[in-house]
Parts: sequence; C-alpha cells; structure tokens
Amino acid sequence: MKKNITIITLLVLALLIGINVFNKKEYYNVKLEELRQQYSKKPVSPVDHAKLPVLDRPFDSPQDVTEACMSCHTERHKEILASAHWNWERVEYIRGRGIAYSGKKSVLNNYCIGSNANEQACAKCHIGFGMSSEFDFENARNVDCMVCHDNSDEYLKGSAMAGYPDRSVNLTKVAQSVGLPKKINCGSCHFYGGGGNNVKHGDLEDALASCERTVDVHMAATGINMECVACHTAENHNMKGKLYSVSSDNINRSTCEQCHTEEPHFNAVLNAHFDKVACQTCHIPIYAKVNSTKMSWNWSEAGKMKDGKPFHEEDEFGNHTYLSIKGKFTWGKNVKPDYVWFNGTADHYLLGDKVTSIPVQMNTLNGSYKDPGSKIIPVKIHRGDQLIDKQNRYLIQPKLYAAQTGDSAYWKDFDWNESSIAGMERVGLPYSGAYEFVETEMYWPVNHMVSPKEMSLECADCHRRETGRLAALAGFYLPGRDRSSVLDVLGTLLLFGSLMGVAAHACLRVVYFRKREKV
Amino acid sequence: MFLAFTGFEIHSSYHFFGFEKAVMYHRVAAYLLMGLIAFAVFWHFTTGEWRHYIPTLHNLKSQLAFYLKGIFQGGEHPFQKNIKRKLNPLQIITYLGFKLFLIPITVLSGVYYLFYKNLDGSLFPFLVDIGIEPIALLHTMGAFFLLSFLVVHVYMTTTGLRPTSNIRAMITGYEDLEEEQ
Repeated sequence: MKKNITIITLLVLALLIGINVFNKKEYYNVKLEELRQQYSKKPVSPVDHAKLPVLDRPFDSPQDVTEACMSCHTERHKEILASAHWNWERVEYIRGRGIAYSGKKSVLNNYCIGSNANEQACAKCHIGFGMSSEFDFENARNVDCMVCHDNSDEYLKGSAMAGYPDRSVNLTKVAQSVGLPKKINCGSCHFYGGGGNNVKHGDLEDALASCERTVDVHMAATGINMECVACHTAENHNMKGKLYSVSSDNINRSTCEQCHTEEPHFNAVLNAHFDKVACQTCHIPIYAKVNSTKMSWNWSEAGKMKDGKPFHEEDEFGNHTYLSIKGKFTWGKNVKPDYVWFNGTADHYLLGDKVTSIPVQMNTLNGSYKDPGSKIIPVKIHRGDQLIDKQNRYLIQPKLYAAQTGDSAYWKDFDWNESSIAGMERVGLPYSGAYEFVETEMYWPVNHMVSPKEMSLECADCHRRETGRLAALAGFYLPGRDRSSVLDVLGTLLLFGSLMGVAAHACLRVVYFRKREKV
Repeated sequence: MFLAFTGFEIHSSYHFFGFEKAVMYHRVAAYLLMGLIAFAVFWHFTTGEWRHYIPTLHNLKSQLAFYLKGIFQGGEHPFQKNIKRKLNPLQIITYLGFKLFLIPITVLSGVYYLFYKNLDGSLFPFLVDIGIEPIALLHTMGAFFLLSFLVVHVYMTTTGLRPTSNIRAMITGYEDLEEEQ
C-alpha cells in the first residue's frame, strides 16, 4: 500500500515536470492580433487632389504650389510656422539653463558640426525654400508642403539649393499626388542625415522603405507595413516623438506603450522590467542591420591630398573611410548598442558653451539608477574629434560649404583658420585665431529596427557574470551579474568545509570501526 | 535542494535550465516552500511539538564529546530519546538556529525579492530604500548556510544506531524508541 502511494506520487510528479518541460505551446496573443488588424487597414484619403482644378495647372515656382495648398487649407501654415520642423529649434526648459532655444540653429554635433554658415547645403533637409542666414521664418509662402506630402515618389530637393526642389521635378504632378506622408517622405531627410544613408541614426535608413520583418517588424513590407506617421502621429502638424540628439524635454514622446500597453508580456517577471528597462533595450538587439552606420568621424585627419588633389578611400561595402574634405571615418554594421540610463531629458552642447571635460559631450542623456523616472535604453555612441578655439575653450562652428573656392569654405579651400573665422563671425562669437582638435561623443537613442520577438534579447544576455550587455552599467545590483566575491568565497569555503569535515568524520568512524572489529 | 540548484543558476554559478526557466522554477518552488513552512509552523504550535525545541545546556558537552570522540570508540549515545524530548541538546540548538534565523532570513529576503517590484514607494519608503543589493547578498548567504546545513544534516542521519535508522525515521515520521536498552 505504502509502496503504491509512493509510486503514484512519483509518477504524478514526473508527469507534472514533464508537462512543464515539454510544453512549448505559444499563447495566442489577442492584444497583438487586434493591433495587427487595426493597422492593416490603411487610411484612404477622402479627397483626390488630381481632380482639383486649382492644382491642374503648371506652376512657375514651388511657392506657387504652397499658395495653391493654402487656398483650401487656409490655416495649416500657422501650424507649420509653429513647428520644430520649420523653426529648427524648440523653446524648452532645460535643467541648469532655464528656458533655452534648442535645435539645429544652436546645437552642434560631431558629424558635419553645425548648420550655421552652411545653410545652403544643410537646408536640403529644411521644410522650406531658400533658407539663408536672413531667412524669414514668418513667410508661409516658403513652406515646402510637398517634401512631406508628395505621394508620387518624384519630389526631390536639389543639392545645395537651400531647400528648393531639384529642377527636374514636375510640380504639377507632385501637387496632384499629395496625401499622407509615407516612409520615403520622412526618410528623404531622416534616412540621409549626416551626408548619406544611415550615416547618423544607425536605425533609420532607406532599407526600411522595403524591408523584411527581421529588419523591422513594424515597417516590414512583408509584414504590417506601417508608415512612420502611424506612431509619430501629427495632430495639427505637431509630430509625436523626437530625438535627443537635438531635443531636451520629456513631453509628447512617441512610445511603444501607446499601442502595446505597459504590460505586454504574459510573463509577470518580464513585465516587472518595465519600470527600469525600456522596451527597445531587449527588442532592438542590433541596429544598422542592412547598411552600415558611421561610428566615428575624425575631422583632424581632413585635408590630406594626393598629387595635390583631394581624394577618398572606401571599405569593402563602399563606405567612405577617408575623404579629404571631411576626414577619417569608421563604420559599423549589425552593431550591438551601448546602454545608458535615461529619464527623457537631455542637455546639449550649445554654441558658446565652455568645454570643461574631454571628450566633449555633444549631448548628455540625463538619468541614473537612483532616478525613479530613468530606464535603461540602447544608444549609438558616435565618437570623433573636431575644432575647438584654443584660447576661448569653446567649440568652433566652421564654414564648410560654399559654391566656389575663395569663399573661406573648408570643403573648397582646405584652410581651417579661414573657415573658423568665417563660421564664428556668422554665429557671432569671438575667435582667438588659434584652433586645435578635441575629442567628442554624441549619444543617439536607438528606437527603430525592432526585431521579431524570437530575436529579442534573452535573460542571460544581461543576467550573466561578466560579458553581459549591461556589464558597463554600474551602481546597482543585477542578479546573475553581480555578487559579493567575499561572500561567495566564504560561502564556498563553508560548503566545502562542511563536506570535508563530514567526509573526514566518516573516514575516522570507518577506521575506528574496523579497528574495533579486529579487536 | 531544487531551490538551491535553480538559485545558484540565477547566481550565474553554472548553466543548466537557462536563466529564464531557472527563475520561473525558483519562484514556483519558493511558493511551494512557503506553503510548506506555513503548514509546519501551524503544526509546531497546534501539536505542541515546539516544546522539543526549548534549548538546554544540559548534556550539551557530552553530546559534543560523543560526536568528537565517543562515536569512534563505539561509545553509546549520551542522549535517550523519549516522547517528551526527541531531540538531543545539540540538535535543539542547531534546529532552533535553523528555524529562527536561517530560514526566516533566507525566506524573508526571498519574499522581498519576489515582491519588491510591486512595492509602493510611498507606502513602504523604508523597504524600497533598502534596495535589492543587501537583500540579494543576505539571500545568497542564507543559501550557502542552508546548503552546508544540508550536508551536515544528511551526514548526521548516519550516526544513529545503524546508518539507515534515522533516515527511515525522517521519511516515515515514526521512530522506534530504543526500548530494549
């Protein structure tokens, strides 16, 4: 009887363990299925712009197109005139600075450094026409509606044309095609920042316009094929979401939980990670999955010549590794992100800030373990060196672009001193006449290229002894990563001490027992 | 033992189940153990069994001496079990330490570990301020002591009349009191 009970108990136990070990059933995720159904219905425009008489005519200038738009959309330009896309800056409260203007006008970066004095070239990515140092930010005629709303895939801004469209563009055809922005509209600027595809972000590039689910589950052409504006909604042209390469505040962010809620997993332990770990950390295990992204840029190497002429070098993927006008680069593909604490606020190196520590932090992502609002996020860190005023100890805004030589532009004349004089005069800061190069770092939060869930990080990618993804993040206890080595040594000694003690005791007993037997 | 095995996997001492499974099993086993402890506490008090654990110094020395000396020479157990006292003085002290310190430290730190993510900082500011690190270390320490306890405890079962007699008692719960002696 007793035996039977034991056998039955053991069998039941084995069965339970067996079910647990071999049961690989996927739970059906109703929430996710509902989202898929919701986003598979693409919005249909109630208006066919090709049928509107006001657009059925030749346009002499792109400004005429804008006026035609405003003849029906009579108030939309006011929304644009208030937007960061137009103004290239936002008024923000920045801790330590107070109310400050932050954006492309005042922030420097460690790619092409800054837009000031280079508007002619940089404004290829401004949603306006004819940007210059005297640009009128109140004149709605210069708003470029087409760059975002063109659905003909034919609109193209000209190179170094201050934001004007390329001369080949058929304005009538573009005007008649307009609709909601598609990936390629947003991407025409956001994919190519820094002078080429995927140079800046690392997680935004033209492969996303038509990619597999393994590259990005949301934007995949073979998947749910979402547009940028599905998440980055733009009520009254006020875009949801921003990037902390130029932005500073923690409002109107675009988040995963706006669709996926704060408890997206079936596993409560995974959900408990939500307050300290951003979704992106596990779900974007690598970025730059298709094309390389620039990981470093050393301006100090610029200016070398071959046979008196500027030259370039390439790596096996065709990425420039050296350009006489820009310096030396390194690139990364399938890059594992770095990880930092981030609470949604950032500070930036603003023109005129004194350099107090090296490498200069072009932007600072605020946050720490102790801060209850902070989470671990993945970032791309872009490193480089660039010009600093030797005496005044602030970074230099050089003049890089000009149409011809003899205009102080480095890309034509290869003279740092001249380009520094011209650039600093333009931004209104004194220049001592002496420059050197200083190391810089810039932090780019990685938010796109979300992988399918099978490819997301696993527990042991972080919860491991030394080689984990979070090995560099100190100041908190991470189970599986951290331990007290003293405690572990003492504990092991105690355990093995007990084992040895017991073994010794047992041996002695056996020895004495034998002795007694013999006697 | 299962808790220790999964626990030290979570501690990254080795890899067997994989971290995620180890955490899951550890949590399930923890709930089971807490259930068992609740029953055990209830049983100790309702049956009056707790009286066996009133510590005494009486005969402590002779018990120690037995394990250090007498046992080798084939000496007799200095302690005679009976209904009122089933544990020898050394056992009492060890088990009392086990039940009053080791188990509470390990289990309570474990409970904190289980629930600290759900703690409301405004309701339990002190608890939240402790942070996970000291708790984790306490839990690890408890684990080492428990394992050592286990080793010695299991070994001590062989020091009965015959090597297997105490083990039988542990499993069936019954023990033949040594009447004939």
